[in-house]
Amino acid sequence: MFRVLFVAIAMLLAALSPPIIDPAAAQSVTITLASTTSVDNSGLLAAILPLFTRASGITVYVLALGTGQALDTARRGDADIVLVHDPEAERKFIDEGHGVTRRQIAWNDFIVVGPEDDPAHVKGGHDAVAAFTAIAKAKAAFVSRGDRSGTNALELRLWKATGIDPKSGADTWYRDIGGGMGQALNTAAAMPAYTLSDRGTWLSFKNRVRLVIAIEGDPHLINRYDVIELNPAKHAHAKLAEGHRFAEWLVSAEGQQAIGAFRVQGERLFHPSAAAPR
Amino acid sequence: MLSAAFASPELWPIVRLSLSVSLSATVAATVLGLPCGAALAIWHFPGNRVLVVIANALLGLPPAVVGLALYLALSHSGPLGGLGLLFTPAAMVIAQAVLAFPIITALAHRAVEDLWSTYGDALMDLGASRRRALPVLLAMGRLSMLTAVLAGFGRTMSEVGAILVVGGNIAGYTRTMTTAIVLETSKGDLPLALGLGFVLIGLTMMISAAAFTVAGRPTW
Repeated sequence: MFRVLFVAIAMLLAALSPPIIDPAAAQSVTITLASTTSVDNSGLLAAILPLFTRASGITVYVLALGTGQALDTARRGDADIVLVHDPEAERKFIDEGHGVTRRQIAWNDFIVVGPEDDPAHVKGGHDAVAAFTAIAKAKAAFVSRGDRSGTNALELRLWKATGIDPKSGADTWYRDIGGGMGQALNTAAAMPAYTLSDRGTWLSFKNRVRLVIAIEGDPHLINRYDVIELNPAKHAHAKLAEGHRFAEWLVSAEGQQAIGAFRVQGERLFHPSAAAPR
Repeated sequence: MLSAAFASPELWPIVRLSLSVSLSATVAATVLGLPCGAALAIWHFPGNRVLVVIANALLGLPPAVVGLALYLALSHSGPLGGLGLLFTPAAMVIAQAVLAFPIITALAHRAVEDLWSTYGDALMDLGASRRRALPVLLAMGRLSMLTAVLAGFGRTMSEVGAILVVGGNIAGYTRTMTTAIVLETSKGDLPLALGLGFVLIGLTMMISAAAFTVAGRPTW
C-alpha cells in the first residue's frame, strides 16, 4: 500500500521533473537581471526580452525588486546586471565600486495619484512639492512605499523639499506600508489615499477603483531608467560579457526601438532616451 | 475569475513547477521526517524531550525567516554561494523541505508514541528489536502518517514567503502558483489572482483525495 503510494508519487515527480532541471540553461546562456518592479510589472520586459533572446541566444531571468533591493542583490553578487531608477542610489552603488558603466535607456515620469473627491484640493496641479504640502496640511491620507525603492527615494526627497517631516503624521494620515508599487496602489485605492507612482505601473494597474491622477508634469517628477554594468574587479564571477551584451542591446537602435514600440492601451509607457539622456 | 486563470498562457508551467517543487520538498521531508518522528517516539535518550519540544515549536516556523536564512546562506557572498543554487527551483525545494520537516516529524512522533505505548511491549515480546519495530509502527499508523505528510504538503503548497525570497519569482523559471498570486495582486489584477487561488486549492484537494484513496485502502 505504501509502495503503491510511493510509486505513484515517484511517477508524478518524474512526469513533473523537467522544470527542476533548468530548461533554458541546458540549451543557452542565461543572465540574471536585478530590475525595478515598474519595468517588469508594466509588461515592458516581457515585451522586449524575447527580441533580445532571439538576437543573442541569451535568456534573461528577471528579478523584479525595488531599486534598493535590486542594487543590494547585485552588491551580494547574486545578479549579473541591474536596471534601476534612483540616480542617488545608483551613484552610491558606482562610488562603492560595484558598478562601472551606467547608461540611461528610457524615461517616463512619476505622478501623484489620489482620491477622485480630492480632499487636499491638489488635483490638476503641476507642482509636486506644493501638493505634498497641501496633503500634509489637510492631513489627507498618504500611502508611502517605505521600501527604499526608487519611487520611495523620490517621495522622501519631495517631503524634504516641503520641510515637513511626514513621520509626524505616522499615526494618522501618513501610512508607510513597506511594500511594492502595486501594493501601495491597492492600499491607496482601498483607503482611499494619495500616493506617488511611476506612470508605467499606474497605466498597467487594473484595480484603480476611484483613484485618479492628481499631479503630473512637474520637472521634479522625471523618472530615468538606467542600466548599470558590474565592476569586474568586484564581480568577476558574474556573467559580465553577457550582461554587457544585454546593456549594449538596450541602448542599440533595435533595443531602443523595441522600448519605444511598447504600448499599454495605446499609450507609450517608456520613452527611449539612450541617444539623448534626459 | 477561473476563466481568467485558465486563459492565462502561463498557467500550466506555473502549476507544473508548483507541484514539482512542493512534491519534491514533501518527499524529502517525509523520507527524513517519518523515521525521525518515529525514532523520537521509540528511543528515549538524553535530550529526547528537548528535540520533541523543538520539533513541535517549529510547527510555527515563519517561512519568511527560513527564506531569509537560506537566502543569506546561498547568496554568492554567503557560505554556500559556490553551489549556485540561489534563484533556482532547487533552492525552493530546500526551503519548503525545511518548513515541512518539523511538521511531519512532530505529527509522526505523536502518532507513533501512542502506538508504541499500546503495542510496544507486545512487539518486543515477539522478539522484535526497536529498529525492526519502527517500520512496523509506521505501517500500522499509516493513516496518521498520511495526515502528517499531507499537513507537510499543505504547508509547501501554500507558503509563499520563503520561495519568493530564494526563488526570486522569475517568470518561466521559478514562478509558482503562490508567487504568481502575489504578483497578480500587486498588479491589481485581482480576478486573475483569485482564479489562480481557486486552481491552487482545487489541486491541493485533488492530491489529498488521491492520497487517501490509495493509502486508505485496507490491506486485509
